[in-house]
Amino acid sequence: MAANPLQPYLNAIRRTLEAALCIRNFPSEDVERHNKPEIEVQDSTNNLIGKPLIISRSPLERTLIESSINSVRISVKIKQVDDVDAVITKMYMRFLTQRADQFRILRRKPIEGYTISFLITSIHCEEMILSKLIDWIIQFMYDIDKELSDMKITLSKRARVVAEEYMKQLL
Amino acid sequence: MAERHSFGVNPITCHAWNRDRTQVALSPNNHEVHIYQRADNDWKLVDVLNQHDLRVTGIDWAPKTNRIVTCAVDRNAYVWTQGDDGKWKPTLVLLRINRAATCVKWSPLENKFAVGSGARLISVCYFESENDWWVSKHIKKPIHSTITSIDWHPNNVLLVAGSADFKVRVFSAFIKDIEEMPQPSPWGMKMSLGQLLAEFPNSSGGGGWVHSVAFSGDGNRVCWVGHDSSVSVADATSQMAVSKLRTEFLPFLSCVWVGPSSLVAAGHSCCPMLYSINESGQLYLNCKLDVSQKKEAGGLSAMRKFQSLDRQARIETSDTTLETVHQNAITCLCLYKGGKGSASSVSTSGLDGQLVIWDLQVVVIVVVQVPLIFVTVSLLPTYTSYAK
Repeated sequence: MAANPLQPYLNAIRRTLEAALCIRNFPSEDVERHNKPEIEVQDSTNNLIGKPLIISRSPLERTLIESSINSVRISVKIKQVDDVDAVITKMYMRFLTQRADQFRILRRKPIEGYTISFLITSIHCEEMILSKLIDWIIQFMYDIDKELSDMKITLSKRARVVAEEYMKQLL
Repeated sequence: MAERHSFGVNPITCHAWNRDRTQVALSPNNHEVHIYQRADNDWKLVDVLNQHDLRVTGIDWAPKTNRIVTCAVDRNAYVWTQGDDGKWKPTLVLLRINRAATCVKWSPLENKFAVGSGARLISVCYFESENDWWVSKHIKKPIHSTITSIDWHPNNVLLVAGSADFKVRVFSAFIKDIEEMPQPSPWGMKMSLGQLLAEFPNSSGGGGWVHSVAFSGDGNRVCWVGHDSSVSVADATSQMAVSKLRTEFLPFLSCVWVGPSSLVAAGHSCCPMLYSINESGQLYLNCKLDVSQKKEAGGLSAMRKFQSLDRQARIETSDTTLETVHQNAITCLCLYKGGKGSASSVSTSGLDGQLVIWDLQVVVIVVVQVPLIFVTVSLLPTYTSYAK
């Protein structure tokens, strides 16, 4: 059924997200009258953080899902085979993270070792339709690979045209 | 079978009914508590309890004395009494806590109530007539994390508390200033305030946060639901034996007893489930209360179905509704008709802003009927009828 080679990977992420996103509004135990995403607090002395989970497709491509009682952090490492990939990905992610406010669940800074991170809190789960939120993340991961490889093709196409034009002058 | 009432798009944090179920107090996920009066098939907002300054986390309505107690993240609790003009007047309770209050429950005799909090303690509050205010005594040990849920034993003294440190504990909340020494119960003899009578881990390896706890109608059993999607029951009359059922659903957030050996649990799966205990003390899934079916989307959908299946492994992408009545997690479960020993309907509220009343009686008929396999077997033609 799955024509897409990414399918098993995305399915695994979807199932994990469905379970991880069972979060509740939880007032902070550390600071009075505060409510913080516990996953960002990372206090190992309390029991509010679940075990992190890595779903890996290849050494170059993996997703880290960290859950806690009131928030979930999803970090994605996007496949980067060569330097061109690395540059394109870096530029593209910079473009996205600068607009993190509009994306709401996007984290301004990815977790070390990952390309992009999302932070979903119980507030997001109250405001948005959970299944659609998961759909969006899956769709994002599905599209991002295509987008980046398209960019890479466009870049090399452009480079070829430039090189051709340059060579023509030498003839 | 299910009666739906919508109160806007905001989540309902919690709700509580008055004695004759004509009014409901609910919090729309902010600092207010709204009181609605039932008018035919509609709801009329009769009062807004506006005293807290942060999100309300717990409401309980005492049926006999007609008092409401509310607690909130702002570390306060108020007892509301109705004046002659029908308006509710608050009285501050001295909780003496420095973190959010998370849950509140009146005791069965309504002379005291307990407040669980993020300060890793339970405040047992009672009215001190000399000073004319509500004071509290603390139960601290050995709680290591936020109290997520509390419930009272019918004897007005014992208290069960579930907490985020994966434990369920039974305490004595005996206040010697205001009450007589209670009769000993199967939970233990020692009755001084804060005495730990029983402690159950959610599972041997931890098992995640406990989301809700409840004493049964006779007070001999305790049930709880945890983040490992399990439902557990401990029985004091059989050496604190624990029966644990791991379910295939998403974790439950709330549970109530609806009969001597049956309970309803609801949570992230958006569907309330009826669990029962058999003669050997084992829990089993009796039935789902929500039996609604998803409507088939008509029209040219085969193509779209294949596309979305291929791309997202989902049947339908444009459809945002879940097949359950509740469209988001259920956070609060209350008895609507009948007591803990024999409830005939329960009400649920959740993050989708809906309040749904479920009739258990219809379900019970479905449950009691002969198992389907028996019906199919008995419907089989007998050998003799063929032989003719």
